[in-house]
Amino acid sequence: MNRNDLEQVRTFLHEYDGPEIRLMEVCGTHTASIAKNGIPALLSPAIHLISGPGCPVCVTVTDYIDRLVSLSRTPGTAVVSFGDLLRVRGSRLSLADARADGADVRMVYAPMQMLDFAAREPDRTFVFAAVGFETTAPVYALTLEEAARRELRNVKLLTSLKTMPEVIRAVVRAGTPDGRGRIDGFLAPGHVCAVTGSNEYQELAEETGLPFVVSGFTGPQLLASIAALVKLQGRGTCLNFYPEVVTGTGNAEAKALCRKYYEPCDASWRGLGSIPRSGLRLREEYRTLDAGSSGLDGDHAARGCECAKVLTGQIMPVECPLFGRICTPQYPNGACMVSQEGSCYNWYISGRTR
Amino acid sequence: MCVAYPGTVLAVKDRTALIDFSGTRVEALTGLVRTKPGDRVLVHAGCVLQVLPPEEADEMQSLFDEIASLSEEDMKETAG
Ligand code: SF4
Repeated sequence: MNRNDLEQVRTFLHEYDGPEIRLMEVCGTHTASIAKNGIPALLSPAIHLISGPGCPVCVTVTDYIDRLVSLSRTPGTAVVSFGDLLRVRGSRLSLADARADGADVRMVYAPMQMLDFAAREPDRTFVFAAVGFETTAPVYALTLEEAARRELRNVKLLTSLKTMPEVIRAVVRAGTPDGRGRIDGFLAPGHVCAVTGSNEYQELAEETGLPFVVSGFTGPQLLASIAALVKLQGRGTCLNFYPEVVTGTGNAEAKALCRKYYEPCDASWRGLGSIPRSGLRLREEYRTLDAGSSGLDGDHAARGCECAKVLTGQIMPVECPLFGRICTPQYPNGACMVSQEGSCYNWYISGRTR
Repeated sequence: MCVAYPGTVLAVKDRTALIDFSGTRVEALTGLVRTKPGDRVLVHAGCVLQVLPPEEADEMQSLFDEIASLSEEDMKETAG
């Protein structure tokens, strides 16, 4: 890589004085990396970055957390989860609260670890808190496949699996042309695209008339993608700026595995309500592996929390009256401040103000 | 949560691979892609998501070239 090229991109982004442009990243890992690399401070005041509904933990409704809490307190049942979800509160309690109270909650970094628990403790049912997007859905499917091969019958999923295209359409629909929710282009989620392929995003670009750039996760990759979006404004086209990982058609094995285990379903998103065909659920023939995922649509966020508006780009985190005063990473009020990929969390830790 | 880490495959078994992440060794499922020892791979949630091209490949250069070519198109559009 030529340092000069990177410098040119930085200068372009810093000195840009064209029309105000609002770009949304729809991947929580992008949100975290943008904060870590201090990218907002490198951009001209005319370029705004908005975190979309791309942090699976942040978009999960309270009914789902409540169901996990109640499963974890059921005798003979353990809930297995990634760390990020543990501190997110449902209508009253989080999984961490339940665990402190004696419930069986186990934290892992990979769903596959649950299979060793299940083999060691055959009399206990293990329920994985299967949240995530297209990237993680095949990992859960592979875990079920592996469980079947190892003849483990005490393994289930509580699914809250989401897919990107429909929620992106919903975000575009929600924004008025001159209003605050307006989005002029999207950083497309690099690892989601590794599974789905970038062609889906070309379709979205043509349909919405907005540019999409599939981006990697390093500082230079993100700057390059943002520069491309600025230059592409007004054009409905998609560029793949992460070609070492993403192809047009994606990962055929992962897609086949997802088709085998899941079917599209309506899904409830914090801040956006129920969106048709924006989720995945286990197919009828695998429903015995489901721990009661359907109908968990109610969302009762903490009082005063503006997560819903933050997640759709209607307000910036600093505009929430609780931000930094009552709501901090130590004492989070909403999911966006709990998750390390949350918009509020990342604004707080990086001291971002615009 | 879609975070993924690059590592190198040390050994491949039936359905798993032993991956080295700069000294830390972790087992990962290989059901989504075929891998062999020596491959650089991207691992997500204990599962190999993709095989990466060799480290020498300078992907960034082609991105910068592409950005530069976008400007030329822009200029052509303004000129035309
Ligand atoms: S600052 Fe806290 S209360 Fe306000 S929107 Fe963010 S997470 Fe919710």
